[in-house]
This record gives sequence, C-alpha cells and structure tokens, in this order.
Amino acid sequence: MGFVDLLQSIITPALFFSAPLIFTALGGVFSERSGVVNIGLEGLMVMGAFVAIVFNLTFADALGAFTPWISILVAMVVSGIFSIIHAVASVSFRADQVVSGVAINFLALGLGVFLTKQWYGKGQTDMVTEPFYTTDIPLLGDIPVIGPIFFQNTYLTSYLAIVLAFVAWYILYKTPFGLRLRAVGEHPMAADTNGINVYKMRYIAVIISGAMGGLGGSVFALTIALNFSHSTIVGQGFMSLAAVIFGKWHPLGAMGAALFFGFAQSLSVISAGVPFLKDVPQIYLLIAPYVLTILALAGFIGRAEAPKANGVPYIKGSR
Amino acid sequence: MTSNKKFHLLVPIISVFLGLLFGAIIMLFSGYNPIEGYAALWQGSFGDLYFFGETLRKVTPYILTGLAVAFAYRSSLFNIGAEGQVIVGWLAAIWVGLSVDAPMYIHLPLAIIAAAVAGGIWGFIPGLLKAKLGVHEVIVTIMMNYIALYCTNEIIRSILTDNAEITEPIPESASLASAWLQNITYFSRLHYGILIALFAALVMWFIIDRTTIGYELKSVGFNQHASKYAGMNVSKNIILSMAISGAFAGLAGAMEGLGTYGTISVMSGFTNLGFDGIAVALLGANSAVGVVLAAFLFGVLKVGAVNMPTVAGVPSELADIIIALIIFFVASSYLIRWLLLRFKKEGK
Repeated sequence: MGFVDLLQSIITPALFFSAPLIFTALGGVFSERSGVVNIGLEGLMVMGAFVAIVFNLTFADALGAFTPWISILVAMVVSGIFSIIHAVASVSFRADQVVSGVAINFLALGLGVFLTKQWYGKGQTDMVTEPFYTTDIPLLGDIPVIGPIFFQNTYLTSYLAIVLAFVAWYILYKTPFGLRLRAVGEHPMAADTNGINVYKMRYIAVIISGAMGGLGGSVFALTIALNFSHSTIVGQGFMSLAAVIFGKWHPLGAMGAALFFGFAQSLSVISAGVPFLKDVPQIYLLIAPYVLTILALAGFIGRAEAPKANGVPYIKGSR
Repeated sequence: MTSNKKFHLLVPIISVFLGLLFGAIIMLFSGYNPIEGYAALWQGSFGDLYFFGETLRKVTPYILTGLAVAFAYRSSLFNIGAEGQVIVGWLAAIWVGLSVDAPMYIHLPLAIIAAAVAGGIWGFIPGLLKAKLGVHEVIVTIMMNYIALYCTNEIIRSILTDNAEITEPIPESASLASAWLQNITYFSRLHYGILIALFAALVMWFIIDRTTIGYELKSVGFNQHASKYAGMNVSKNIILSMAISGAFAGLAGAMEGLGTYGTISVMSGFTNLGFDGIAVALLGANSAVGVVLAAFLFGVLKVGAVNMPTVAGVPSELADIIIALIIFFVASSYLIRWLLLRFKKEGK
C-alpha cells in the first residue's frame, strides 16, 4: 500500500466522521457566544436527523438526486424553528439554560420516536434510498497527489462543513453582526446601553444553533446512519459540545476539535488496513479519542474561559 | 401567594399538571384516547403490587443518579459523567460479586463499597483536572463516559468471561435481591436497593445542610474567590464534590448490578440512567427531598409508559415528551410566576 493510499484511507473517513460534529459545534459556538448555554445540541441533532430521514423517505421518488440536499435544508429549517423553544425559555422566561437544554434533548428524542412509531408503525424507519454518495470533486480531484488524498471518493458535505467554519469565523469576527453577538455574550448590559437588542441577538443566535445542529444531525443521518431510530444520535451532540469548549468557543477552534474527534474515531474503523495500527488491540483505538482529548486539555490547551455572560439570563435594568 | 415558599411548591405541581395536560393534547391530536392512555399509564405503574414493585425498582437508580448530579450542582459543577460512573460502579460491583468468596455480611457491603469507590474515582479524575488545571468538567466527564463504556465492555469480554456477552450471575451472598420484597409484590424485581437509595438521600441532605463540609461545598459553588478569601481550600472542595457525586452514581450501578440484574452484559450503548439523572436532579431543584420525589415521578412515567402501547396503543415515548414538557415548565418558572400573579390581580 502506497503512502498516498494510506493517507487517503485515513483522511477521507476522518472528514466523513467529523462533518456532522463540525456543523453542530459551529451552532454551539454561535449560541454560547451570545451567552446562551446549549446542552440541547444533542436534541437538535436528533430533530435534524429525524426530519431529514422522514423527508428523504417521503420525497425520494419525486425529487430524485436532489433529495438529500433538500432534506438537509428542510432539517435546518425545522430544527431552527424547534430551537425557538429553547430561546423562548432561556431568553424570555429566564429559565436555567442547562435545564431548558436538557428538556430539548428529551423532547426531540421523545417526539422523534413517538412520530416514527405513529407514522411507520415501528421503532425505526426504513433505510433511505437517496443518501449522500461519495463523489470526486471536479478539477480539484485531478490535482496530482493532493487530489487523490483530499478530493476523490469523498462527501461534499465534509467540505461544506469546513467552508461553513470559515464563514462562521468571518461572521463572528469580521462583521458588525458578529461583534454585536459576541458583545451580548460578554457584557449584555454594555451592549444594551449601546442600543443593541440583547434579546433579539440571543434569539437569532439560538435559532442559528438550531439550524446548524439540525444540519449536523441530518448530515449524520444521510451519510452515516441512513435511518432513524432512538439510537441514531447517541452522544454526537455532547461530543459537539465538547468540541465547542475544546475549541475555546472559536469557530475554527471548534472545527479543529471536531476534526480531531473525527480523525480519532476513524482510527478504530480503518485500523485493520493500516500497517502499524493492525496489531494494536481494538480497545486502545476505541478509547484513544477520549483519552487523547483529556490529555490534550490537561497538557497544553489548559484553562478555557467561557464567554463572560454565558448561562446568565439578561434582565433589563438589573445590575 | 407571593410568598416564595408557596411558589416553590406550586411551580412543580403546576408544571406536572401542564405536562400531563399537553401530553393529553398530543394524544388527542395523534388520534389516541387520552383517558385510555393515562389509565394505561396509571395501571402500568400503580395497577397492582407487581407494577408498583417494578416502579420502585426503577426509582432506585434514578434517586442515586439524581443525587449524583444534584450534589455536584450544589458546588456549581455539572456532572454529565454520571452515566460513566454508573457503568464503572456496575462493573466493580459485579467484579467483586464474582471474584470474592465471603459470607453475606462481608461480601455484599464489599461489593457495594467497590461500586461507590469505582464511581468515586471516575468522578475524582474530572474533579482533579478541574481543580488543578482548570479543565472544563463537562468535556472531561463526557469523555470519561465513553472510556467507561468501552473499557467495561472489554473487561467483560476478556477478563470476566471468555469472550461472552454476559457474565455469570453473582452468588447470593452478594445479591441485594429479596425474596420477601419479591413475594409481597407478586414477584417483581424489587430489591433492598430502594432502602440504600433513600438512605443515600438522607446522607446527601445531612452533608449539604448539616455539616461544615457541605457549607464549604455550597460556598465554593456560589463564589470561589470569596470562599478562598474566607480560608477555604477551593481545589479540595471541587475534587471532593466530584468524587462524592461519582460515588452516588457508582451506587446506582451497584443497584442495577447487585439488585435488578445480578449480572453485567456487554452494552451496545449507554444505560441512560446517568443522563436521566440530570433531568431528575434539575426537576428536584437539586435538593435531596426534591430528587427523591422527582425520581419517583420519573419511575412512574417510565414504567407506566411500558403499559401504554399494549393497552391503549400509545407509543411509550409519550412519557419522554411529558417529562420534557415538565422540565421545560419547571425551567420556565418565571412564566408560571408571572401567570399566577396575573390571575391573582384579575381575581381581585
């Protein structure tokens, strides 16, 4: 096996596993940067996965090859709307944001499986007929060496995730909107004094996180899981949350953390084909991502400072 | 009505009521009969002594994981890792159960303590990292969950058994199962663990509300800098809080291992006891009494729901939806407070 083949067999699955985490973690960054803790990422992914699978199953015949793309768009919209529940509770009703997020997790899973049972008469849906398929990216895929490693036999959604991470960075750090959003999360009263509508910004941020979580869940559903049941999304949302914190609440940091998780997860899948990993017992590869994360955090990433007003409801006029 | 105490009592009651009301509306819209549905739920949790026994059995680990999350929360630490702590506790209890040969009065306490210690270690590590290096406990506990899951499966396969999916049952000398409790509940799986869980709740109440340790833990939760200034050892308290929290969750694992199942099998996914514990703790407002009541509500809804598909045709996930709504309403107590005041004004 040549070196290029080896790299290809590592990088492609790594991207494939990290894409859903990147999307969701970006959503988490938006929400937490505006000062709303979002434990509900898990639930938002569940909602996204559920909607994407149901839409895909229902409209596969009518929409053909476009089905997965439209499915993820619909999943984004529905999850965005669904996340308004979290926004209303944590912004308007001054709920404990952790509690409200936990409620989102329960509600999404409950509703998803409840409706699945009602519509399909069983605990899990059929396999979708129109998932995402691997493709070669035109032009980029023809570049020697780099082309086969990065741009052949890969999922477009993986690149969408990386592109969106840079878009998120640009929005948060290079636009007035992003500055306002971060200001609201650091010092809402100062932001309010400067005429920024704190409530509006937080609503927008939570809805963005809902849409991104939905995107993450739907991409997971249509590339990895291919059907929906109670065990489709198990912990990916919490991993994304970890990526947000690992990445120090920065979009590119979160992307890096998610890529790292994806890479580490793919190790246990591809180890059989990689010469120097073949003899390592499976268990070490399985726990490697989690142990490495803890070591990385303890060793050289160190103290993470959350946005100052993260988790604190803003009450106008209180000091 | 304006007194805080009344609100504290009214909010959960109204939330439960609203949750059930919305659950009924959902059933109505999905074409089910809500009265039949709730009758089935009631039947499935209180219908006869067997169902009631099963409900209490389910409540047992919920109390303990709820206490675990609540205990850490009192020092402003968020223990998402109860899940992993349950798993290692379960494993430790079974391991001691299988490998030690001793009379019951040594064997059983030893297995239970092993579970608490295992869970405690699993909580100690994130606590240590948080206290000494400032690593966010949420990430570490999430990671520890996965490490617990995979390591436990590996140990079951390669150490406790010869590549089998499930271990031998533990000998009677390490079992919490009680013929007497099973007899009076028509052979449900109710076991003595419920007494341990209630005792643990008492312990938590005592530590938090009646000891200097508890005072320091709460103080560190409110304001680390002020606590440090007052001469408290902040690091020690953070570590202690996580370790005790983990020990509670580990005990929950022992309840499943020594009481309900008497064995441990390879898990394809999480038990969800720890994640549900988060909800139990939050619903119970992180107090010992609240956790016991919330765990009871959880057990009733979860066990009762199993009866709903066969009797009323309603998917059992309705219970999860109702739980979510109740949590949501408790969280939004501001809304309820506002509505109550509104009604009061109009009533005048």
